[in-house]
Amino acid sequence: MTGAMDKNRYLPLFLVTPALLVVVGLFMYPLGYSAISSFQDKSGAWTFANFEKAFDLYSLDIGFTVLIVVLSTVAIGVLACATGGYLTLGENPRAVAVLKWLYRWPLFIPFIVAGQLMRTFLAKNGMLNNILVSIGLLEPLQATSLLDWRGIVITFVWKQTPFVALLVAGAMASLDRSTIEAARNLGAGRVRILIQIIIPQVRQTLLVGLILSFVTMMSVLSVPLMINAETPTMMTVDMAFRINSYGDYGVANALGFISYLMAGSVAWFYLSQGVRKGERP
Amino acid sequence: MGIVLGGLAFAIFGPLLNLGLWAVTEKWYYPHKLPLEYGLTYWERVFRPTGNAMESLSTSVSIALLTVILCLAVSIPGGWALSRRSLPWRTVILLTFLLPQAFPSVAVYINVARIFYTIDLNGTIFGVVLVHSVHGLVFSIWITTASFAAVDIRLEEAARNIGASGLRTFLTITMPLAAPGIMASAIFVFLESLDEFTGTYFVGVPDVMTLPLLLFSASMEGNYQIASITALILLVPSVGFMFLIERFLKADVLAKVGS
Repeated sequence: MTGAMDKNRYLPLFLVTPALLVVVGLFMYPLGYSAISSFQDKSGAWTFANFEKAFDLYSLDIGFTVLIVVLSTVAIGVLACATGGYLTLGENPRAVAVLKWLYRWPLFIPFIVAGQLMRTFLAKNGMLNNILVSIGLLEPLQATSLLDWRGIVITFVWKQTPFVALLVAGAMASLDRSTIEAARNLGAGRVRILIQIIIPQVRQTLLVGLILSFVTMMSVLSVPLMINAETPTMMTVDMAFRINSYGDYGVANALGFISYLMAGSVAWFYLSQGVRKGERP
Repeated sequence: MGIVLGGLAFAIFGPLLNLGLWAVTEKWYYPHKLPLEYGLTYWERVFRPTGNAMESLSTSVSIALLTVILCLAVSIPGGWALSRRSLPWRTVILLTFLLPQAFPSVAVYINVARIFYTIDLNGTIFGVVLVHSVHGLVFSIWITTASFAAVDIRLEEAARNIGASGLRTFLTITMPLAAPGIMASAIFVFLESLDEFTGTYFVGVPDVMTLPLLLFSASMEGNYQIASITALILLVPSVGFMFLIERFLKADVLAKVGS
């Protein structure tokens, strides 16, 4: 009898163990290994030399990584709120239907494909410049290549906005409409309703979407490699370069550790927001 | 509003249209705004049975299928266990599977490659499958957990009451009811693996050449036609799934994801 009960109690833990082993062995162990080796030299002695060298060589790229990712995150947040807001408050049913069909296209398009799309679209003689020149918005001599940090931002925003917009629009759709109607009856405009009533209520969902996007963008190697691999570029490119050209795991891991800190600071911000509002994060 | 929607349509479809043009271009150089010659010679080159692309496609699909099998093999029992709320540390375990998405992964892959090198897994299909599985697991575990949680427990109890064994109940009642959600998670894992670049770049290259890596090297060599055709091959399943996802992921399962 006791044997049967013990079996029942431990069966679920036993069933979940193989999946946990995959994550522990192939993610947590390499993560820890990477963090520890960033503080070690080639012989295994403790040192800060990897970080000194990383800052010496790549402080510009570290700054640009922060700039690119923060700028993209802000743009994604604004566009996702605008999209979700129009889907919730739009008065023209046809425009709402068109937007709903339109905005999701890049959702599952792989980053590597987005990189290739933008590599040709944003080039100096690419389609964007050609069309801007043709409709007279740009003088031919003003046309410049956008394939630098701006191209990386554009690609990230193009690719990640649908994901956050999908989450935000879903949260907005499940809101109680009565507060919105009440504000509308009192004469509040749509922009004001969106900013003062709707967005505060979907804040949690918006933050989760933006943080996941932030970390995703910090992890993408293909887009910066394809759009602009020259300095100033993103840290992911530098990490790949240290490994492929020098086999320099120390500096690559130091850059990796810095990127963990950046992602960690965003997660910390999210958790502290939840605690301040007295909610379960 | 019409102008805004038009601008948005251009922003979304412009790059896609440009890719489509490159895919059927024979000759296109500066300062011409449109290709000088159209044709399908590059398609013939890509789809030639002996070409790199067909080989990469079959490598990619095999890796993706093996990744799905591995993920489901550990996620169906794991997800079932996690759908029972009595499991100790349930929330912690669920969050553990989210970790690979919560940390920037490039440095992790670099060190996976370093570890794989010492155990002869670098440059092998199995090594790449393992790397893809870690990232796929969050989808398969979370969605299968939600699918099992959405199954009405009274149906299982009824089956047990009329004498079915635990395993038989699971196979004939629970699994068929959870099947659409498990299918959705399989598609997620398949696409995640098919599109994966960074892990394969560090662990597979140069022995394992998947479609995304072929696209990358073609693009870096300036061969935009081959790169664009490869990109189109990757686009089809991605866009198709976007339109199908709502059919597989029902609201009752979605509501239970992560809870």
